[in-house]
Amino acid sequence: MARLDRHDPIKVAVTLENYLGTMLPTPSTSHVNSDRIYEPAEDSFLLLDTISSPTESAFLARRFAHNLEVPLVLEVGTGSGVVLAFITAHALEILGRTDVLTVGVDINPFACTATEQTVMQACRETSHAMYLGCLNADLSSCLRHGVADIVVFNPPYVPTVELPRLLTAEDSNLCAEIDAFEQESRLLSLSYSGGKDGMEVVDRLLDELPLILNEERGVAYILLCQQNKPGSVAQRIEDWGRGWSVEAVGQSGKTGGWEKLQILRICRIGVDEALGRRPLLH
Amino acid sequence: MKILTTSFLTCAVKACKSSPLSFPLHYKDAELEQSDIAYNPRFLINILPRIDWDAVRVTATELGFTVPEEKPELPALDASSSTDTIEPADEKTLRELHTLLLETEVREGKLVCGNCGHEYKIKEGIANFLLPSHLGEFELFPFCFLH
Ligand SMILES: C[S@@+](CC[C@H](N)C(=O)[O-])C[C@H]1O[C@@H](n2cnc3c(N)ncnc32)[C@H](O)[C@@H]1O
Ligand SMILES: [Zn+2]
Ligand SMILES: [Zn+2]
Repeated sequence: MARLDRHDPIKVAVTLENYLGTMLPTPSTSHVNSDRIYEPAEDSFLLLDTISSPTESAFLARRFAHNLEVPLVLEVGTGSGVVLAFITAHALEILGRTDVLTVGVDINPFACTATEQTVMQACRETSHAMYLGCLNADLSSCLRHGVADIVVFNPPYVPTVELPRLLTAEDSNLCAEIDAFEQESRLLSLSYSGGKDGMEVVDRLLDELPLILNEERGVAYILLCQQNKPGSVAQRIEDWGRGWSVEAVGQSGKTGGWEKLQILRICRIGVDEALGRRPLLH
Repeated sequence: MKILTTSFLTCAVKACKSSPLSFPLHYKDAELEQSDIAYNPRFLINILPRIDWDAVRVTATELGFTVPEEKPELPALDASSSTDTIEPADEKTLRELHTLLLETEVREGKLVCGNCGHEYKIKEGIANFLLPSHLGEFELFPFCFLH
């Protein structure tokens, strides 16, 4: 199936503000095999539009422009690599600088390979961030604590009766013995199945966030659907205490069979921020 | 995978994270590939604060590179500050780091945890940190009982 290089912003019911932010080209993913890798869809595009919206890029530039140390962006669950390639290629527009490191993780080894290619293709021009690679791992399990300045996650969020068994070291010798069709449907299922309330994988990532995020500057963007009960997720994060703030920063309406999606921005707030100008929550 | 990635990696086994032996992971049978990336001293200088120098030295030695004993002491640079004032000795180190950390890709090989001995395979440039099924469930590695 032919894919458009540039997604049609009208299909994604974004706010005017977000729409104005969608001037940056979407990376091509025409090489991605959609039988075993999640193809970019409304959720992926909402994430791109939100992160590059004038308000979010201004927020990120403010947060990261003044610290000279190179920030690191981690995308969990890269799939085709469309989001990571977008951030890597457009670091200047999004973060206000190109001296940025980007790294991806996916549990699906084919997604890792696809991500490498998508990022390479999107970064042919000279001014882009420094892409480190894509790791085949479960969430942030292989990363050192505190390394991520920005975490981005479009998770498997669809409520399902069961979670597919996670891939293990044995599985990744993905060999002929396993029925290719069975294997592919398991990989696809891992890309959307969220178990109870669609929250089982997100919950595990939320547990890891305080460990993996930089203690002062850390910010995470997590996409959720209505059935994930984003309001109660936000409440839970507020209960983490004063060092955290959470805000819904992007949403799409019900379109073309898609239910309402929302993006939560979860961030650490510094001591002075916490005491003084703590940002108001929704 | 670029070698710089090693600065951010550790063993995926939970019980290993608190052990200093789980960082850096150790390269074994590594097959490397050089790529060509424009040298950018400002970028390198601003990465320095994120780098554990002792760990980089371990990695460099394992891969047959050399870096000096001491981390160069260079203040972070903003976009307007000049890089002309970098001392020749520091310049040499920065170029070595550029080659090792950014231009060198690992294509094949293994990363080994110094604490539990687990070997993570790297194939076609992708490191695989998925744990064997018994490990995933119990978060313990049999070798861990040996030390
Ligand atoms: C909804 S897809 C999003 C893909 C891509 N980021 C996008 O926005 O188009 C979710 C991705 O997360 C990956 N994934 C699922 N569970 C994971 C886990 N435990 N650790 C790492 N990645 C995971 C899936 O393989 C899939 O690629
Ligand atoms: Zn270990
Ligand atoms: Zn051990």
